Amino acid sequence: MDDLYRDYILEHYRRPHNFGVLDAPTASYEGANPLCGDRITMQLTIRDGVVAEVGFTGRGCAISQASASLLTDEIKGKPVDEVAGFAATDLLDLLGIEISPARLKCAMLSFDSLQHLLDDAGVKPLARDAG
Amino acid sequence: MATETRPAPVPLDPVAIRADFPILDQEVNGHRLVFLDSAASSQKPLAVIEALDSYYRHDNANVHRGIYQLSERATAAYEGARVKVARLINAPNPHEIIWTRNATESINLVAYAWGRRAIGRGDAIVLTEMEHHANLVPWQILAQEKDGDLEFIPITDDGILRLDVFDVLLRLKPKLVAFTHVSNTLGTVNPVEELTRRAHEAGALVLVDGAQAVPHMPVDVQAIGCDFYVFSGHKALGPTGSGVLWGRRELLEAMPPFLGGGDMIREVHLRRSEWNDVPWKFEAGTPDISAQIGLGVAVDYLAALGMDRLREHEHRLTAYALDMLPREVPGIEIYGPPADQRGGVVAFNLSGIHPHDVAQVLDSYGVAIRAGHHCTMPLHERLNLSATARASFQAYTTTEDIDALAVALREADRLFNG
Repeated sequence: MDDLYRDYILEHYRRPHNFGVLDAPTASYEGANPLCGDRITMQLTIRDGVVAEVGFTGRGCAISQASASLLTDEIKGKPVDEVAGFAATDLLDLLGIEISPARLKCAMLSFDSLQHLLDDAGVKPLARDAG
Repeated sequence: MATETRPAPVPLDPVAIRADFPILDQEVNGHRLVFLDSAASSQKPLAVIEALDSYYRHDNANVHRGIYQLSERATAAYEGARVKVARLINAPNPHEIIWTRNATESINLVAYAWGRRAIGRGDAIVLTEMEHHANLVPWQILAQEKDGDLEFIPITDDGILRLDVFDVLLRLKPKLVAFTHVSNTLGTVNPVEELTRRAHEAGALVLVDGAQAVPHMPVDVQAIGCDFYVFSGHKALGPTGSGVLWGRRELLEAMPPFLGGGDMIREVHLRRSEWNDVPWKFEAGTPDISAQIGLGVAVDYLAALGMDRLREHEHRLTAYALDMLPREVPGIEIYGPPADQRGGVVAFNLSGIHPHDVAQVLDSYGVAIRAGHHCTMPLHERLNLSATARASFQAYTTTEDIDALAVALREADRLFNG
């Protein structure tokens, strides 16, 4: 059982990075997969066009939480335009593991939350159509 | 509850039974497949698989229509399966057996055909907190449409229905009481005869969801005394697409049709039609002929096993699991009543590990369980759980399977909790 639960995935699950609540975030979003009980509250603070601070709290399966930890690491300190250009496939590359269709929603929870944050902050409107 | 006065039945031989299920003879990730998700859908014995194959090779034709040999053979097999199902659940008449796609559709049929006339503003329907969405959502839709009122028999933390609260709810004079025979998440076996008796005394009709009961134990709809009983063929060793609604004849005859179209009519004119007799009144269009024929073969298989022997087999497995798993698996919490009050369903959690991750690790060891809410979200909410893992048993399940489950669970614990 090494493929999915590589050491670093478990590490990010046990000791997630950027875990916590921000003081005065620019945007905050609560995402959840009600079907399985994964939930993530993600926040970010934008200053001078840069993601100055990012944080999340949540609970759920290892994939959902580890992906939030990795994603927040990745976007911290980056210009918002760059973060807006971050694609779902980039997150899968970050995770670096084979995600089955059944677990895709777990992995994408943090990515979807980020899209809502960017929409909320006026950086990038949400894509309203499917696909 | 009636006590068994017959001598203990000769135990099933699960090793011999496993040989009848070709799908079990495979490896997953280098491990023997250990299939513990029969509650979601059961595996099929070779007899059923061969019956489907034979049907399409030799007997396939639309039913009820042809005067030619093939159609007569198909019709005989299709209607013959109805007789077999009636016998399995001791229905007084095979014409009270309506073919549907599954238990969900059966319940929807009652909600539409019976419910829409019977339920009016302010009328109450009593359900339970442990219902599968199939025996919940159709009533929600009906109640919303008719401005009716849904009430719920609550459960104890152990998953036992509170009959004292039920008695209070009955004072609302509900039109219908609907409940599950065996919980697909907690395994609780409900006192269906007692519930039915009390409901009838209060003037309510009774629908029982037997999806998790018929495949695992003897069911006698006349002894239960209920008005409607449903189950899914695909959980009872039959093909997907096979399901059953049993209803008391007088009720079915008084109900308007569910779906309209061919076969459910006797006569059709431009502006009006005459309905066919029960059960065909409720079977519009070309049915899943092979699925129901396959279910008939599955029923033969189950009858040959003996449903009381099957119940005893699963009871032994469940007692084994409930005794062994807490000892062998660190941090496991099992939900539901003790072994003697439940069927072969075990929902649990491992401390510190999300059920999805548990199921994923188990898959790498060839063990197939289910993780999520098992179509019982309100039940999970009631127990303050976001999700659970679930193992469930059938005739082909062995104690070795449960041992393999324990080993894999220990690995999951080791991986996540160090």
